[in-house]
Amino acid sequence: MTLLAVERIKLFTTRSPWWCTLIALVLTIGFGALMAGTSDEAIAPLNVAATQFGYGFGLVVVMVMATLAITTEYRFSTIRATFLAVPNRPSTLVAKATVVAVLAAVVGEIAAFGSWGIAGAIKPNVDLAINTAYEWRAVAGVGLVYALSAVVAVAVGVLIRHSAGAIAVLLIWNQLVEPLVQLIPRVGDDIHKWMPFNIANKLVTGNPDPTTRDVLQGPPPSDAVLGPWPAIGVFAAFAAVLLGIAIVVANRRDA
Amino acid sequence: MIEATGLTKHYGRTVAVDNLSFTVSEGKVTGFLGPNGAGKSTTMRMILGLDRPTAGDVRIDGQHYWDLHQPLRTVGALLDAKWVHPNRSARAHLRWLAAATKLPKRRIDEVLDLVGLTAVADKNAGGFSLGMSQRLGIAAALLGDPKVLLFDEPVNGLDPEGILWIRKFMHKLADEGRTVFVSSHLLSEMAQTAQDLVVIGRGKLIHQGTVDEFIAHATESTVLVRSPELEKLGEYLLAAGAGISDDGDALRVSGMDSPAIGELAAARQITLHELSPQVGSLEQAFIQLTGDSVEYRTVETGRLAPDVAASQEERA
Repeated sequence: MTLLAVERIKLFTTRSPWWCTLIALVLTIGFGALMAGTSDEAIAPLNVAATQFGYGFGLVVVMVMATLAITTEYRFSTIRATFLAVPNRPSTLVAKATVVAVLAAVVGEIAAFGSWGIAGAIKPNVDLAINTAYEWRAVAGVGLVYALSAVVAVAVGVLIRHSAGAIAVLLIWNQLVEPLVQLIPRVGDDIHKWMPFNIANKLVTGNPDPTTRDVLQGPPPSDAVLGPWPAIGVFAAFAAVLLGIAIVVANRRDA
Repeated sequence: MIEATGLTKHYGRTVAVDNLSFTVSEGKVTGFLGPNGAGKSTTMRMILGLDRPTAGDVRIDGQHYWDLHQPLRTVGALLDAKWVHPNRSARAHLRWLAAATKLPKRRIDEVLDLVGLTAVADKNAGGFSLGMSQRLGIAAALLGDPKVLLFDEPVNGLDPEGILWIRKFMHKLADEGRTVFVSSHLLSEMAQTAQDLVVIGRGKLIHQGTVDEFIAHATESTVLVRSPELEKLGEYLLAAGAGISDDGDALRVSGMDSPAIGELAAARQITLHELSPQVGSLEQAFIQLTGDSVEYRTVETGRLAPDVAASQEERA
């Protein structure tokens, strides 16, 4: 509990988490509003999944926030001050990942329900009641994906230690490598099915049968073969393994 | 008490600290002296468990740093005043350190008062001058009221007022019975602050003892002699087995003390205008002892070494 308090104080006494939170919310909810405002009953009627169109943008900002939370500690050597105060490096880093993940989850839930709420306000005639399990995952699942992605970002930040490098790796991987891997002849599609962020996306976009869904009716669907809950389980395991590697490395090397 | 035994640190093929053993005793200011790049900071980082020694061991009161419970209560350290987030206020910086050590909030105000930062406590640390950052670093080091304190080059880059403040502060800490281990490459500073010295060069121990011992051990004492009959006196001194060197209109005599020189001159009826024993300075002692172990020395002609010149050209 002490360590969580320490990391919470550290996170909220600088400005970047506040800015990142604000940007993530504005981007996500703003995009949700845009989609709701421009939706056309005749072509693709607005539905619950479609209100979450902006969730990928918020995800990127949340990962930047999570990366900065650890890389700025290396940049300004406060990580050394931290290890002086608490020499137990694994507990410190787990506490850091936990606090950042909780913030990411809160941002994710506000962004998701905010997007859903603003869509309802813009199109009061459309029925946006959250009824099915799929609809619940599409909205409430955003926080979980943000939280686990934040853990991945913290782990990458610990391993790379430089803000620019760590953010570049995460964004190139999330935005370029995963989509572009599909272009590899023959095996590309199979590899893509097992890429981590694509798997995580399954929780939010995974209709029992995504192929029946119009693309305009929500964020680009995941083609992962796992079901939504096994998929997020695999992504959680992936985040945990990555964090474990980061902790072993941080524990071994000189601070 | 800090005890290092056979402490060794390699960075790749570079040996930063080489089989270093020393003890820092309680209730004193111990100076940690060495030229730049001698391995002082590396040693301090190993004491604090930030760097893992390649070989050897260092303990504080018999314990490894990482085994201490809430280490800030036992050891306070100021290794670099810039180890703060520039957009975090001084108070917030102390707040998370206090939380990690389970110290009451009132302790934060106490240490801020102690270093005179109360008025700027809620300003961001990034806007602090070096002197103010240094004070914040000391406040952080004192937070847990530790009995062992480590300072790495605390007066580096400070103005005279700041230096004086730090010097007085360290004396105060030692007077309170704390163990103070302070590194510096400035000898004059050490002569004024430290009672004991650990001197290293190129990562190796050169000397451990009191400041007085260090000077006595390292400098040969000489006697300066002035006389109208300098040449004649010089011949007699040489004949008596002393070493002499010409020092303008005077002679520097070694291997013979001033009473002996005076008696010799009286016996030969030579008039003396000056007969003064010369006490070696800490500077002389230091250069004499570490002369061979300076990491980055200048070439005798005063020009830059070729590789240094080349790298500077590259940068330009």
